[in-house]
Amino acid sequence: MSAHAETPRTTLGARLTGLVERVGIHNASLILALIALLVLFGILRGDVFFSSRNILNIGMGVAILGVLAISQTAVIVSGGLDISVGAIVGLTTVSTAMAIDATGWAAAGPLAGVAIGAAAGLFNGLVITYGRVNAIIVTLGTMAIFRGIAFIISNGQSISIFNDTFRLLGIGRFLGLPAPIWVLIGVAVLFYIFLHKSIVGRNIYAIGGNPVVARLSGMDIKRYRVGMYVLSGMVAGIGGILLAARTGSGQPISGSEGLELEAITAAFLGGCAMQGGKGTVIGALLGVAIIGILNNGMILTGVPTFYQMLAKGSLLILAVLLAEYRLNRS
Amino acid sequence: MRLRCGSGWERNLLPRTGIENAMPNNDIMQLDNVSKRFGSVQALSNVSLTLRAGEVLALVGENGAGKSTLTRIIEGVFPPDGGGLVLDGQPVTFSGPRDGHAAGVRVIHQEPEIIPHVSVAENIYPGALPHRGGVFLDRKTLYARAGEMLKLFGMERELAPQQHCAGLGPAQRQMIEVMRAVHAGGRIIAFDEPTSSLTGEESQRLFEVIYRLRDEGVSIIYISHRLREIVDVADRIAVLRDGRLIDVEPAAEASEESITRKMVGRDLTEMFPERTPPTERCVLSVRGMSTEHVSDISFELHAGEVLGIGGLVGAGRSELAKGVFGFHVRSAGTVEVDGKAIPSGRPGDAILAGLGFAPEDRKEEALLLLRSILDNATLCIPDRVSRFGLFDRRKATDIVDGIAGRLSIKAPSLNTPVSHLSGGNQQKVVLARWLARAPKALILDEPTRGIDVGTKSEIYRLIADLARNGLGVIVISSEMPELLGMSDRILVMAGGRITAELKGDEMSENAILKAAMSAEHGAESPDEEVRTA
Repeated sequence: MSAHAETPRTTLGARLTGLVERVGIHNASLILALIALLVLFGILRGDVFFSSRNILNIGMGVAILGVLAISQTAVIVSGGLDISVGAIVGLTTVSTAMAIDATGWAAAGPLAGVAIGAAAGLFNGLVITYGRVNAIIVTLGTMAIFRGIAFIISNGQSISIFNDTFRLLGIGRFLGLPAPIWVLIGVAVLFYIFLHKSIVGRNIYAIGGNPVVARLSGMDIKRYRVGMYVLSGMVAGIGGILLAARTGSGQPISGSEGLELEAITAAFLGGCAMQGGKGTVIGALLGVAIIGILNNGMILTGVPTFYQMLAKGSLLILAVLLAEYRLNRS
Repeated sequence: MRLRCGSGWERNLLPRTGIENAMPNNDIMQLDNVSKRFGSVQALSNVSLTLRAGEVLALVGENGAGKSTLTRIIEGVFPPDGGGLVLDGQPVTFSGPRDGHAAGVRVIHQEPEIIPHVSVAENIYPGALPHRGGVFLDRKTLYARAGEMLKLFGMERELAPQQHCAGLGPAQRQMIEVMRAVHAGGRIIAFDEPTSSLTGEESQRLFEVIYRLRDEGVSIIYISHRLREIVDVADRIAVLRDGRLIDVEPAAEASEESITRKMVGRDLTEMFPERTPPTERCVLSVRGMSTEHVSDISFELHAGEVLGIGGLVGAGRSELAKGVFGFHVRSAGTVEVDGKAIPSGRPGDAILAGLGFAPEDRKEEALLLLRSILDNATLCIPDRVSRFGLFDRRKATDIVDGIAGRLSIKAPSLNTPVSHLSGGNQQKVVLARWLARAPKALILDEPTRGIDVGTKSEIYRLIADLARNGLGVIVISSEMPELLGMSDRILVMAGGRITAELKGDEMSENAILKAAMSAEHGAESPDEEVRTA
């Protein structure tokens, strides 16, 4: 396409191409898909769909998924996968609730949640990296282990949280936005800087893209890999804290309804490749937005739950198919 | 899948098609002006060659001369860019190895493709297993048939049809693959370095099988570096050099010397820059190093020196580099860079100590293809391109701009992904990474592989420049002219060991080839080497 704009028409065209180039062709297509969904649900249930309450609902709905999708993206970029995050969320809601219950101190909850999440991630990372076991298998196993621990330590019971300061994290508002959305924004900004601006982030792309090159360039890839799982566990811990604060309880079963599935779907929609070395924070956020709007829209338009599950599973497969297609074409 | 059975092929090794008898001179296949290009490299240019029934045609040439490209075209792995194949007098186009196989072309690879946890019989007849009722494997028939086949090859005492293939040696695996090719009706069977992992006795048995196949009208292509073997086994010898067919001569008229001359006979004029003599200061010292792949490696590299490492593919040259660099774990020995010992298994520490390594496989081991020139060139200097842990694009651009200019890297911008660059420019990006790092010793593994002639001489000049400024450079190369034109000293490797150190007047193509090849025979006495020299 010509860069020399002579008529207003080409100026617009050039501007559009420029814009697409800046956001990236992949993100541009995600934005298009997003707009299509908005139009679709707008036509079907425009009355409710665009209400400010519903939009905040969507935001609240995706806050936890958002942080998980972002950290999942980082793990996939480094060449791994973590399907135990949903179980870590469950485990950390319980440990957060128990810590507050035991100490009566609001800060004990987040501390316990992040620490337990990190420990769970460390376990994943060590087994995967030093045991040289496939990440999917290990985290499939720990998914059951972490869930089991959550049930054991809680006796299978929901643990209520009676600490209003802590609950602000789930139901409080700041400048009109619910606290979980602020947490999502914070996590997104930090990961954006971490993945796209820092040297460590650059190295993570290198490790995921080609571990041999990374090692021959002097990187200690094992340490990086373990670090990514610790990070993933910690962020899942943050997800657990948010969930506990919102529901006012620690429930061993929470996070079990396909949270990891949605997080992984969002990451792949966002441009990750199974082989690693690809993926962006912005892409993950767009993927999360698509999933959130789809979930919300399907509820509003009365799609039965069973069909919603079907749609979500199909979306993951579709996302990975698209990722493979892109990879083969480039 | 239809099963070939009946009486014909059990008596002979091969089912007769009858077609070849109709051909004049028993020509099976003709290559007519075949050319093939990969990127900027002309792998084959205008090769015309005839494959005859009942003949062993040896294909010789240095690494990269085009032997494997030629066999792949015959097999149908990829089509030629120019020229074509004529099979039984008819022009043919293979759109994949499946077509080649259907036409009776089979390649026995250096590493035989055997399914390990399956029986010998099933490995001989993959995809053509006898069955009952279309569902159940008919093991009885399968084993009986495999037993016959083993007997034909004189292997019945060594291998049982129902035996699993997991523990088999290379010779037995190879025979199974030959049987597979024969059973599938192979009329043109190519052997790629078939004796490289065989003992003398096993080789002898292979030759007997080859002779029998030949006598039954199979056209055999025999690729090997072992010239002595070739002179014995082949009927005709075709020499390839730089993708061109230099000569085809009857084996009866050939000698090892005449073949060698044709293989390497290139003039080395002007390609190589003036060199300054090396200093005495040792920048890299390796003593008694062993890894899983190499044994007892000792040498020193001096500041300002270019040390060539020659040898055949698989001799352990790249593995030597990877052992020194710490990519492979060392089981014995020490490596010191500028007097400082560097630990094993940690390339990061080797880099910090002042060692650099540009591996042979640029795409798989050196470059992040999706990332930019800037990212790739600054991979080893994180400290110099960051501030508070954040990547500083301006600092990086300043550094890389200067180096890219010095190397005259041709690219739209430093943000161009390296996958968009030509092989020569990709190699320059790898070199830029190490120039940015400014090591004391640099190992270059096949630095000019797949690179056009112009860029080659640029890289030679750069190496000479770096050496003049006190860098110690190791150049691993399969190209004789490169080794001889650049090196102050040459180490020759074979079988994971250094077998010769050549200096000054001792450095010659013949000396390198002899050291690399005769040493590979292992058991030979030195007298014998002298006699053939």
